[in-house]
Amino acid sequence: MADSAKLRLTGVTKLYKNGDGVRGIDLEVGEGELVTLLGPSGCGKTTILRVVGGFLDADEGRVVLGGQDITRLPPERRPTSMVFQSYNLWPHMTVFENLAFGLKLRKIPRETIAEDVRRFLSLVRIEGSEGKYPTQLSGGQQQRVAIARALILKPQMLLMDEPFSALDAKIRVQMREELKKIQQDLGITVLFVTHDQEEAMSISDRVVVMSKGRFEQIDTPARVYDEPATRFVAEFMGNMNFIDLGDGELVAVRPENLALRPAGSGQKQGRISTVMVLGHFLEINVEAEGGPLKAFMPRESGAQYRVGDAVGLEIGRHRRFPREQAPAAGA
Amino acid sequence: MKLRAYYHALGRRRFIQAAVFLAFVLFFFGPLVNTLMIAFADKYNYAEHPYFLPSTLSLTWWKFVLTQKNLVSSIALSFVVAILATSLSLLVCLPAAYAFARFKFPGKHFFQFSFLFANAFPKMGLYVSIAIIFYKLNLMGTFPGVLLIHLLGTLMYMTWIPAGAFRNVHKNQEEAARDVGATPFQAFRHVTLPLAMPGIMVACIFTFLQSLEEAQGTLLVGVPNFKTIPVVMYGVIYDYPATAGAVFAVILVLPTLILLSVFRRFVGADAMAAGFKMK
Repeated sequence: MADSAKLRLTGVTKLYKNGDGVRGIDLEVGEGELVTLLGPSGCGKTTILRVVGGFLDADEGRVVLGGQDITRLPPERRPTSMVFQSYNLWPHMTVFENLAFGLKLRKIPRETIAEDVRRFLSLVRIEGSEGKYPTQLSGGQQQRVAIARALILKPQMLLMDEPFSALDAKIRVQMREELKKIQQDLGITVLFVTHDQEEAMSISDRVVVMSKGRFEQIDTPARVYDEPATRFVAEFMGNMNFIDLGDGELVAVRPENLALRPAGSGQKQGRISTVMVLGHFLEINVEAEGGPLKAFMPRESGAQYRVGDAVGLEIGRHRRFPREQAPAAGA
Repeated sequence: MKLRAYYHALGRRRFIQAAVFLAFVLFFFGPLVNTLMIAFADKYNYAEHPYFLPSTLSLTWWKFVLTQKNLVSSIALSFVVAILATSLSLLVCLPAAYAFARFKFPGKHFFQFSFLFANAFPKMGLYVSIAIIFYKLNLMGTFPGVLLIHLLGTLMYMTWIPAGAFRNVHKNQEEAARDVGATPFQAFRHVTLPLAMPGIMVACIFTFLQSLEEAQGTLLVGVPNFKTIPVVMYGVIYDYPATAGAVFAVILVLPTLILLSVFRRFVGADAMAAGFKMK
């Protein structure tokens, strides 16, 4: 990957006056890869994206895109395009004018512009909306226009700053599926920022989990989920039970890897406090010594469990973390 | 009693509302209607004539005013000064307004507040001290001197209202423009400026009207070489019957009415509120 890196960040540091920011960031994104920066708000993920886009100047380090050092270039001279979370489109311009603006600045002939606008609007499946104003469109449609406006300039890299977080849950899921498809069809390199771990898991080739300005883990979604490198990642990604077995380490086990057994068997004992039907599976909360634990199981195999039942818990696939790393807490 | 009949027909609440509304209308439109009436009167003397209404209507005083060479030239001068003052004010204040809206710098609040100073002092006292400086700079009785005085009164409108308008343009919209290849100036020209235009129009209207009715400063600095309508009006009120003054007043009111009706959609409570939001 090192040789084919499309984007390479080396030792990037950007600190704010209050001490927040990122320090010594190294990151490589391969050609045609979709990499997501994932973390809670304030972890520095947007800072990195804005440094790449040119909206923030790095204090130290270099940003190299497609072999060109762009560290000191202003945004208008960088071959990147950004999709913002909101306030994206220019409300005084029609959809056509929004898409055409960048092309006009590049002195592209009028006929080419019209053709391009048509093509990219159909790519994001809002054909024929050229004459509309952004306020006449729904949130999802506006974000489609914003994506088309970014792609029409044929950027070397697409930057997306929580592009779907302002949308309804249903549209959000639909949009990320379409984005993934467009990204694969065009083979475009994408750096994506989100705080939504489900979104990151579903669209990314690789996920960068961040906390407090540091990279916790860079890996494929499956490995980040199955083999979290740190306690933070284990807690942040999905649901996780932390069990203290008294040997100085914490056992981290996913609810789907925690099996209910008859009382007396298994490594932990407890009493069922709630049973919830979540579609095709059950969420069973067990009050055990040392705190509540969560288990997922298929509807049919969990049908016999009732609130108040005493059960044993068997720990399946798990990871171990040093106990003193952080105060014990259930996920 | 007719009034009692109304009172009972409308109910107490509605009756009070109607009364307040009537007082309101009289208070605002009474003088205006009266001025209009007198402007078209042949002779008018409220003391001699037994009736409130003028005996005969005519365009006599319009003819008189419009044939007075110095009066006509003062009308022309007023508009030239108002247009120039507005343009100059735009040039000076828009960059300041943008800076107040977008940048952080030491003393920002003080500077923004300082644009209010000209409107906070009793005008005449301020003008007298300015006149001393103008004498030293040889600006007394000159056109640039008059323009400067007019500019002074417009600073607050032209910075505060556009600053609010600029602030309402989200920064992401400028960044999006930069992102697709616009230089900072192109982003301002094609995105920020058009989006802030309603606020800027409001400021222009206020500036224009303020300049059009500015009298004290012009009287002090411009006379005898430069006399705008309001300045000439002082003389007219002393030297001619009230009817000539009324004609002048109507001439001064007309541009206001025209401007306000043309730009009615910009001049709303919202635009004003946005303009005076402090941050």
